[in-house]
Amino acid sequence: MGGIKDDVGHVPLLEAEEEEEGWRPLRLRGSYLGIFGSIVFLVSMAALIIYQGHDYYDEAKIENKGNNNNNYNKVPRGVAEGVSAKSNSFLSETTPSYNWTNAMLSWQRTAFHFQPERNWMNDPNGPLFHKGWYHLFYQYNPFSAVWGNITWGHAVSRDLIHWLYLPEAIVRDMWFDINGAWSGSATLLPGGEIVMLYTGYTDQQVQVQNLAYPADASDPLLLNWVKYAKNPVMVPPPGIGPHDFRDPTTAWFGPDNKWTLTLGSMVNDSGLSLVYKTTDFINYELNDHFLHIVPGTGMWECVDFYPVSINGSVGLDTSANGPGVKHVLKASLDDTKLDYYAIGTYFIENDTWIPDDPDLDVGIGLRLDYGKYYASKTFYDQNKQRRVLWGWINESDSEVADITKGWASLQTIPRTVLYDKKTGTNLLQWPVEEIESLRLSSHELKELLVKPGTVVPLHIGPATQLDIFVEFEIELLESEGIVNNVEGCGVGAVERSAFGPFGILAIANDELSELTPIYFRLSNYGNGTSTTTTTTTSTSFCVDETRSSKAPDVSKLVFGSKVSVLSDEKLSLRVLVDHSIIESFAQGGRTVISSRVYPTEAIYGAARLFLFNNATDINIKASLKIWQLNSAFIRPFPFHNTQ
Amino acid sequence: MANLKTTTTLFFVLFLIAMTSLPSITLCDENLIESTCRKTPNFNLCVQSLKAFPGSASADVRGLGLIMVKVMQSKANDAINKIRELQRSGPSPALTSCASKYNAIVVGDIPEANEAFSKGMPKFAENGANDAANEATFCENGFNGRSPLTQQNNAMRDVAAITAAIARQLL
Repeated sequence: MGGIKDDVGHVPLLEAEEEEEGWRPLRLRGSYLGIFGSIVFLVSMAALIIYQGHDYYDEAKIENKGNNNNNYNKVPRGVAEGVSAKSNSFLSETTPSYNWTNAMLSWQRTAFHFQPERNWMNDPNGPLFHKGWYHLFYQYNPFSAVWGNITWGHAVSRDLIHWLYLPEAIVRDMWFDINGAWSGSATLLPGGEIVMLYTGYTDQQVQVQNLAYPADASDPLLLNWVKYAKNPVMVPPPGIGPHDFRDPTTAWFGPDNKWTLTLGSMVNDSGLSLVYKTTDFINYELNDHFLHIVPGTGMWECVDFYPVSINGSVGLDTSANGPGVKHVLKASLDDTKLDYYAIGTYFIENDTWIPDDPDLDVGIGLRLDYGKYYASKTFYDQNKQRRVLWGWINESDSEVADITKGWASLQTIPRTVLYDKKTGTNLLQWPVEEIESLRLSSHELKELLVKPGTVVPLHIGPATQLDIFVEFEIELLESEGIVNNVEGCGVGAVERSAFGPFGILAIANDELSELTPIYFRLSNYGNGTSTTTTTTTSTSFCVDETRSSKAPDVSKLVFGSKVSVLSDEKLSLRVLVDHSIIESFAQGGRTVISSRVYPTEAIYGAARLFLFNNATDINIKASLKIWQLNSAFIRPFPFHNTQ
Repeated sequence: MANLKTTTTLFFVLFLIAMTSLPSITLCDENLIESTCRKTPNFNLCVQSLKAFPGSASADVRGLGLIMVKVMQSKANDAINKIRELQRSGPSPALTSCASKYNAIVVGDIPEANEAFSKGMPKFAENGANDAANEATFCENGFNGRSPLTQQNNAMRDVAAITAAIARQLL
């Protein structure tokens, strides 16, 4: 560069070079132009090279929305309303790992949550009820405790609680699913036939939808499945990427005498739901408009779409519609690994849906579960006329631990889903009643007083398999000055404020060196219902994992969200404790938080249950009913016995 | 004469335009490596690692991710070899712990990331890569400041972080 610039003034050099014929009259001007052009060219080339060499990573500032697993020991500030910390931040320079013993790792396995005998599981698939049996299929790796080699695992149960393992239902043996037999849903036809649609990843690396059906529909166990010979039945349409096309829903029958179904996709970072119609589940027509689209939400996985009754008393068949019915649209967001839903209106005339509240649209509003939870799916249980929700709970520990213990992931206890007719703005989730069959002994404790800054041990025996019901009453104390009014979950249960936190400490040891607080925090409190007109009280419901374990190589976050508490309601809590999973339900299931905990000391007989009140200005009176829960003895189907 | 002047001027202008646009044509594939690497925590290491592999010039972002998984594999092997060498002269709990961490990387994280990139499920590639970075950190921290594996652990962690960032770009 410098060399050429120097040459600019060096006319004599150029003159000396060009002794050729025929150029003399123009040579000088032409050569100036040529030199100038070369300079511009070279300067611009240099600029190009320099620009491209820059590391713009800091500028790009990739949002910390990634793997929850990696937020070890760091509680981000302001983790509060509905926002679980999503941090890709790597460990601090001094974070050691932990010497996990076999006893600690074995303890983590649950007693009554569905999990395979070993290896990795993710999304629940094709749940259904057929000839007296509930069926659960699931994404499964037969070889390892990490994701991969995905096939469909299969299990059956009479009661959604006591599961029996069956052989794999769908394996990757055709060109149209050789690279993955991914998620899908079942549709039960009026004649009793079962149709399964699932996503296959082909040998050409394209996501497609495939049709499968039971080899023998009279087999109550639905052991064997047949794949339609001319799969796939749906391929990515124009404008949809080959990797943005998966997880077909259950189909619903409409007044047009066709079956309609939907599956998630994205265009330009807008998540959306495509609509397909069919009469035979073999030939499909794509609608020219989406069921719904929400900009900026990214790829929608595991879309679910179903009706709810606004009377809120029973579940509805997926094809139900009419006055008194609203529709729920749900998506799992690939970008943030969170499940969102919205309630709205389905316009069946043109297969579009709009949310009741656009500010609470899919992907930006309510979440089904504010903890570790993803890929959820409902089905209509025609046996008991209820809509039942499954959700996948991943591990929050390191993969070394998963490989050592030989398994990873759980499903939640199935939950019924109903429209909350009292608020009209959200769903209610509740563990299926069949869990009560696990109940052994119980303890009932009434109006236990818990003063500010105190912890009350509950003597209920073993504390690793529990069904806990609590109701709280609040007594406002005279105070000299209201402490800082922390709103939301704060940085956890250590953060005191006037009206919270208070709740229970689960999987805690006597020394309280390990504990998992599950709590409420009110922003305000009045003496009676009249105060709700003068001040607005917001109640936050939270689970604080930050001290759940001394081990630094597990994720320990504070999860939570606001929960509506109506004036005629007491604060109430239901908690299912099952070793390394805790499912917490506030206000009858208005807000739900699933949590994974990996204690090192608060295990086996050392695990305890406490009440606590870390508020400064209120007394708490708690009434509890606590059941010990039995194991569900989930095991292989006893084929050698007669049924 | 006037014609010749105009033609020559035109020729030079066109030449100029051609020259300035040429770089953007010949550097097209290199741009993808660089634009991808720009969005990772270590641009230089990313570019250097990718360019060392022959297929990288024509790979798409997914292909670049797969190449980085190969780089992770090679760094893991380096670490394992070093661990074995160190264990011969004097085993220690920290070394044993590192061995299990790197075993998990090789047995779990790398196959997971590899399959996830191949099969268009980048979120699991991100999981695997992030976990590998963490395992390397755990190994390093197990020595309380006097680690004989710092170079290998840093290499593993840096390369895994780049791989995770590439996976995120595919989400």
